[in-house]
Amino acid sequence: MKYMLLIWNRPGFVEELSEDERNAIFGEVDVIMKELTESGELVGGEALAHPAQTRTVRPAAGGGTEITDGPFVESKEQFAGYLTVDCETPERAAEIAARWPDVAHGVGVLEVRPVMEQAGTEM
Amino acid sequence: MTDRAVEDLLRALAPQVLGVLVRRHGQFYACEDAVQEALLAAATQWPAQGVPDHPRSWLVTVATRRLTDEWRSERARRDREVAVAVREPAYAAVAPPADEEPPSGDDTLKLLFLCCHPALTVSAQVALTLRAVGGLSTAEIARAYLVPEATMSQRIRRAKQRIEAAGARFAMPSPADRDARLRAVLHVLYLVFNEGYTASSGAELHRAELTGEAIRLARELRRLLPDDGEVAGLLALMLLTDAHRAARTGPGGELVPLAEQDRTRWDRVEIAEGVALVTEALTWSAPGPYQVQAAIAAVHAEAPTAADTDWPQIVALYRVLARLAPNPMVTLNQAAAVAMVDGPRAGLALLAPLDVDERTANHHRLAAVRAHLLELAGDRDDARAAYLAAARATTSLPERHYLEVRAARLATDR
Repeated sequence: MKYMLLIWNRPGFVEELSEDERNAIFGEVDVIMKELTESGELVGGEALAHPAQTRTVRPAAGGGTEITDGPFVESKEQFAGYLTVDCETPERAAEIAARWPDVAHGVGVLEVRPVMEQAGTEM
Repeated sequence: MTDRAVEDLLRALAPQVLGVLVRRHGQFYACEDAVQEALLAAATQWPAQGVPDHPRSWLVTVATRRLTDEWRSERARRDREVAVAVREPAYAAVAPPADEEPPSGDDTLKLLFLCCHPALTVSAQVALTLRAVGGLSTAEIARAYLVPEATMSQRIRRAKQRIEAAGARFAMPSPADRDARLRAVLHVLYLVFNEGYTASSGAELHRAELTGEAIRLARELRRLLPDDGEVAGLLALMLLTDAHRAARTGPGGELVPLAEQDRTRWDRVEIAEGVALVTEALTWSAPGPYQVQAAIAAVHAEAPTAADTDWPQIVALYRVLARLAPNPMVTLNQAAAVAMVDGPRAGLALLAPLDVDERTANHHRLAAVRAHLLELAGDRDDARAAYLAAARATTSLPERHYLEVRAARLATDR
């Protein structure tokens, strides 16, 4: 079963970290990615640029579309990236999420969302 | 020979060639890699240059050469690393030239048992079986399971390491282990089948091939174990299920439930074979879960219309299945069948215990069956709510679409 782990964190938290803390976090990500690659569970993932670079596209009031700079929602935590894993159990997916530095260092949360399958069984 | 014919030939030869190599050299890990490389070489050369006179010998020779090349380069590296203690590879066993010994079915069986070793996760068993026994390339397996090739490659590598670490041997399991191991093999083939049995539109074709692959491997297993009723039962179940393929999806890829399928589109050849297989198996074998499920599918297959279905017979078979393999999913299907004999309220009553069973309490199938029975009972509002609950709980796109459509129908056409 595939799960997408959505990473939400406070933009700019990295700027407040010392160099050691920052390196430690990079190291932790490395360790997890290596483990997931070796186990054949890693399907993909991307980190997103700072929310300041966001452009939001939405339906315009008078028809057509409207494009504005910046994210629509001003919230404390922003969507920062994701990784997709293919694991045996939902518990395993949650375990990976719990070890992700954003959670482990208390600067963000991870949402674990099952990915829809194309296969369907006869009803 | 067409590409397709070459591919079929290679898939059939794959376990035979691997069997020959592993028997000669041991070292399942290295042999499996070497055979995979030989298969890839053949897949590129044969369609263009023609199939050699002795394709199996050709593959054995090429795979053996890859294996010895690998050993040589490994030894060369070790020779450079003087400090490292010398571990002689099984070099004395380097291959004799191409041979004509007959293929051994035992090899294929031993490979299946090895690939379905209990040290592996189920997804690893599946991947390794498809590659080592099915002869599929890593790229093909990755496409079928919608993961990057690197991911699948790593999964297979890890599976082979686990097998080595577990000290698993290329041999028949002990009599004490054999039943459990065979059950694991059947389960893996069943999973491969189900993975491929999907709404097959363009993007899904690679997955649909898995169904054919599962049937092919089940046929091979049946040839090797003709006296096993459950092997026959599994093959029959696959054939009887696959027979619905053309009828089970509508023009837009939407799921059509069994009761509404155009039965003239069912595959009569598959049905005849499946019915004959399970009927025959049940005359001499103690019934097992796959045989009983196949028997249920056969009763459906023999009804000219949904209304003609022999529901009392199906209820009786579910009772047998519930005794053989007690499982809340069986209860669920049993409830749906009971509803057709004793009315929807009787079916709904059977569902009640499943609400407190943690295996089913939040399962979309429970909500879907309940929705269906409530609809039959004329309770439209509760039926609609249950369909929507099922739609929220499923992780399958075609199922979600189907369930939402059923819910929408109840909201509108009064």
